[in-house]
Parts: sequence; C-alpha cells; structure tokens
Amino acid sequence: MIVEAILLTVITASTPLVISALGELVTERAGVLNLGVEGMMIMGAVAAFAAAQMTGSPLTGMIAGIAAGAVFSLLFAFLTLTLVTNQVATGLALTILGLGLSGQIGESFVGQPGVRLPALNIPGLSDLPFVGPVLFHQDILFYLSIVLVIGVHWFLFKSRTGLMLRAIGDSPSSAHTLGLKVIRARYLAVMFGGACSGLAGAQLSLVYTPQWVENMSSGRGWIALALVVFGSWRPWRVLAGGYLFGAVTVGQLHAQAFGIGLPAQFLSALPYAATIVVLIAISHNRRTTLINTPASLGKPFVPDR
Amino acid sequence: MKKLALAFAASVATMLSVSGAANAADKTKICFVYVGSKTDGGYSQAHDLGRQELQKHFGDKIETPFLENVPEGPDAERAIERLAREDCKLIFTTSFGFMDATIKVAKKFPKVKFEHATGFKTADNVGTYNSRFYEGRYIAGVIAAKMSKTGTAGYIASFPIPEVVMGINAFEQGAKSVNPNFKMKVIWVNTWFDPGKEADAAKALLDQGVDILTQHTDTTAPMQIAEQRGIKAFGQASDMIAAGPHAQLTSITDTWGVYYIKRTQALFDGKWKSEQSWDGLKDGILTMAPYTNMPDDVKKLAEETEAKIKSGEIHPFTGPLNKQDGTPWLKAGEKADDKTLLGMNFYVEGVDDKLPK
Repeated sequence: MIVEAILLTVITASTPLVISALGELVTERAGVLNLGVEGMMIMGAVAAFAAAQMTGSPLTGMIAGIAAGAVFSLLFAFLTLTLVTNQVATGLALTILGLGLSGQIGESFVGQPGVRLPALNIPGLSDLPFVGPVLFHQDILFYLSIVLVIGVHWFLFKSRTGLMLRAIGDSPSSAHTLGLKVIRARYLAVMFGGACSGLAGAQLSLVYTPQWVENMSSGRGWIALALVVFGSWRPWRVLAGGYLFGAVTVGQLHAQAFGIGLPAQFLSALPYAATIVVLIAISHNRRTTLINTPASLGKPFVPDR
Repeated sequence: MKKLALAFAASVATMLSVSGAANAADKTKICFVYVGSKTDGGYSQAHDLGRQELQKHFGDKIETPFLENVPEGPDAERAIERLAREDCKLIFTTSFGFMDATIKVAKKFPKVKFEHATGFKTADNVGTYNSRFYEGRYIAGVIAAKMSKTGTAGYIASFPIPEVVMGINAFEQGAKSVNPNFKMKVIWVNTWFDPGKEADAAKALLDQGVDILTQHTDTTAPMQIAEQRGIKAFGQASDMIAAGPHAQLTSITDTWGVYYIKRTQALFDGKWKSEQSWDGLKDGILTMAPYTNMPDDVKKLAEETEAKIKSGEIHPFTGPLNKQDGTPWLKAGEKADDKTLLGMNFYVEGVDDKLPK
C-alpha cells in the first residue's frame, strides 16, 4: 500500500531531525546556542558505524554514537562556558572540525557494508494491518525519539529541575543570585544536546543508510537547528516540524516519480518553503514567541566569584 | 680476486643508490585536484584510483601529489596555484566547477600544463578530457529492458545538466532497442551527494512499482536499498558490488588511469598539446563492471552490445530519432555529433518525464 510505504520512508527521514533538534532545544533552553549540531551528528555517525562494524553489534554502535556526540560537545562547552569564547564562532568551528575529523577517522570504513539496527518485532501488534508495520515494526530509535519528546516536555515544563534550567536560560544572573549552578547546568545541557546529535548520527549510519561516507549528514544538522526555532523551543512542535519537513521531502520525491508535472526545482524547494510558511504563521503571535524564546540565548555568562 | 670483485660490486651499488637518491629530487610531478574525498566511494575515488595506476606505471620517475575536498570557487584557484608553484609539470583538475580557476591559473603559469575534466574551455596549456559515460548507460538500458518484469525502470538523477540528460536519453535508447514500450520514472534529487535523500528517492521509486534502479548520483545508498528490497540496480562511477552483492547488474566504472598514463607519456615525449579529448569504452576510459545477477542470455546480449559499441557498429544516438515532443532530430542513419551531445538539453522520444529547465 502506497500510503503505508510513504509513511515508513517519512519516519526514517524525520527521526534523526527530531532527535537532534530535541537535544539542541534543551541546550538552547539553557541559554546556549550550539551551531555545531552538524559536527556532533557526523561524529556520532562515524563512531556508531565504527563501533558496530568492529563489534558486530548495532546496539554498541548506538551507544558509541551517543558517547561520541556527548564527548565532542564537551569541547564546545569547555570553550564557550569555561573560556567564554563566542558561541556562534565556536559552534561553526565545531561543525567544521567534526566534518574533517570524522572523515579522517572513517577513512578505512568507506565502502564497507554496514550493520543495520534491526526493527523490533512486537508479537501481535507488528502483524496488525497498516498500523502494525508503521507503528509497531520500527527500529528502537524511532521509539526513543517519541520517548524523548515526551521526556523533554515533562522535564522542561513539569519538573522543578526543568524550571531551573529555563530560568538559567532566561536570566543566568538572577539564577546565579538565587544560588543555582549556572555553568554546571549549562555544561549538562550542552552534553545532552551532543548526546542527542550523536544518537541522530547513529541513526544515519545504522538505520537510514547503513554505511559510512564522508559528509553523510549532508546538512541535516542545520535543518535540526532551524526546527528548534520553527518549533518555538517546544518539544511537540519540534516533533511536528520534523515530520512536516520529512513528509514534504518524501512527498515531493513521490510526486516526481508519479509524474505530477511540476518543475523538479520547485518541488525540491518545497520542504524549505513549507517550513518558512509555518514559521511565519507561528511567529505571528509575538507574545507567545517571546515567552518561549530563551532570553539569554547565545549570550555569555561569567559568574562573579 | 673474489674479494675485489665484491668490493667493486658493492661500490657500484652504493653509487647507483646515490644516483637514485639524486633522481628522487627531480622526479616529475604530476598533480591532481579532487572536489571530494579520495575515498568517497564514487567520483573522486575513481580519479584517485587512476592516479595510483599512473604512479604504478611510471614508478620512480614521477611523484603524484594531490589535493582533496577542494571546493569549487575561489579556493580552487588557490589550490591549483599552490600546485603550480610547487613545480608540478602537469595538473589534472578533475571537476567541472574547476574550469574557470584552471584557466586563470594557467595564464599565470604558461610553462605548466593543465588538463580539466568534463569542461569546455581550453588554452594553449589547458586541455580538456571527458568520458563517454553514455555508452555505458546504453548497455544498462538494454539490460534493464531485458530484466524488468514491470517494464519500468527508476532513474535517480542529480542536476539537469547535459551530462545527466545525455545519460537518461542513452538509457532510454538502449531500453527501447529491446522493448519499444519501456517506461522510465525519473526523480531529480538536486544533489550529487546525500545518502539519505538518494535512499528516499530509491524507496519512492520502488514503492511506485519500478523493479530496476539506476542512479546518476555518487553514493551507494540506492544500491543498498535495492539489495535490501531484493531488486536489481546499476552502479555509478565505481564498482558498487560490495553494497549490492545480489542487486548489482553492472556498474559504469570510470577508469581514468589509461588516460592519465597516456597524457603523462605524451608530456615525457614532448608531444603534449592542448586537446579536447572525449574517449569511450573502446579506449578503456570507462569499463563495465562484471555483468552479474542476470541470466546467461542477458549477459550475452550485454557483452555483444558492448562489443558493438566498441567497434562502432552501435552508436546510442542513431537516427531516425525524434525529440520528446515529436520534432525530428536525427534522420535515418544519422549519428549525433559531439557538440549536440555535450550541450544536450532535451529528452528523446519515449522518456516519460518533464525535463526541469
């Protein structure tokens, strides 16, 4: 069935965007703008592929991806939080470094057949018509992405720690005066973002296209960054945005194969155009946008000792 | 006496090795610039294999430094100029987008020779070279029409430039020669390199009922999808059999080494001059990877077609042939000239897609 087939492709295409965007959302909610998502993602991809290839276990690969992303983001955290370098410049540098470094690390893995993370088989449910293959016969990363959305939402808006994190993102100096450990919280938020991007990278090299090639993230980190703004720093909207982008991307490919007769360049631009339109629609209400934007985003903070 | 002879031999050997070392300093430098990484699994890797073959052929006589991941644009000019300053005698710039940079640098270094791949601008010290990829695509079309049960192939295309359009047309010509009603679905992904998007396009094509895939993009992702879904596909630029051991029918493989050896030899012989070279299957600049995963009769037909293209008996674009909209292009027996092919911006009759302009 064609709808089912399209949905399956959309899920695979959207999952890495959602996962890395959620990580960046938490980082930004703490007031830190990390433009190194692409770099962390590609480091996660190469680490996951290498670990899975050497151990034969895709789960080990997944964990290696998470670890690589987190460790790599630590570099960013150290530079921007401890040495107080410019966040934008450091983030860009992290992306460039990640793309180059991953190419070096992965050189011997190019062209080798990858290890695929298998889809889960849930007895009974996986065999249901339509919903079975779409919802209950996915790889673990899809379920993780949904759990992450629920978890991040609960953490930010229902838990006390989440409230503190948001306070730090809005006004680090007030939070500091209240005795919150701003720098430590920001370190953790950056590392959570790195871990998520690493996990998204693992999805690329273990599920989406189980192989390693240099630059295989092909700009998905940047899309994730845009999705955070698109979703006005709210997890469910980020999920919706990720799926909208994935759906339009895959939909336009199907439209081309179907011979719909629209120019291919227009169709290729469609996902971006759709995202911009929704972005405008959402940011129409300035008040809600202001409420959700972390007020100190991208601004350095040095606690007075 | 014996001792003396040994000592003599030893001293000769020492002298030889010293003169060997002296030679090392003035090895001729043949240099390369790649747009991608030398292990991209596709286009740039094919050029690097050519470089390695060249190095092996001339051994100690030459050195072959290369620069990889050179972006097209101003950076390319700096990269090429650096090589020219470092005393390279012949520089191969291997991507279309290096064209203007090559011409500019060549003006500054009239004594250095340059060869630019797939371009059309030349100078006294700049030649161009290209490969008749379309000959391979014709063979792929023949095989596809024989192998497909649904009579429809899927084509993952990058950008609507003549090179790619020519490939689609050649594939269609090959397929039509077997099955006049053969259909093709084309998806333009607007990228040379995005494994995810290429995989998505492959899935979209398969979900719409094609049972053969062919690609004009650089990664093995579509081949992997073909393998996973148990259908057949054609590789591109490099042999992709590792990604699709049960899927790959053949791969149109770039084997630039022959050309690099030929031109370096010409340089040594003092016979190098600026040319616009466009070699094909018969010259060995492209090679069909082994015909696999197909019945013997199809394999035989593919081999015969290949032989006929080499001998010139078959030219993929031979009249009578109309353009897609039905306007006549080639008269009966007429063969397309190179200039039209290199600027091809129209589909031939039978292609079921609207060409993006």
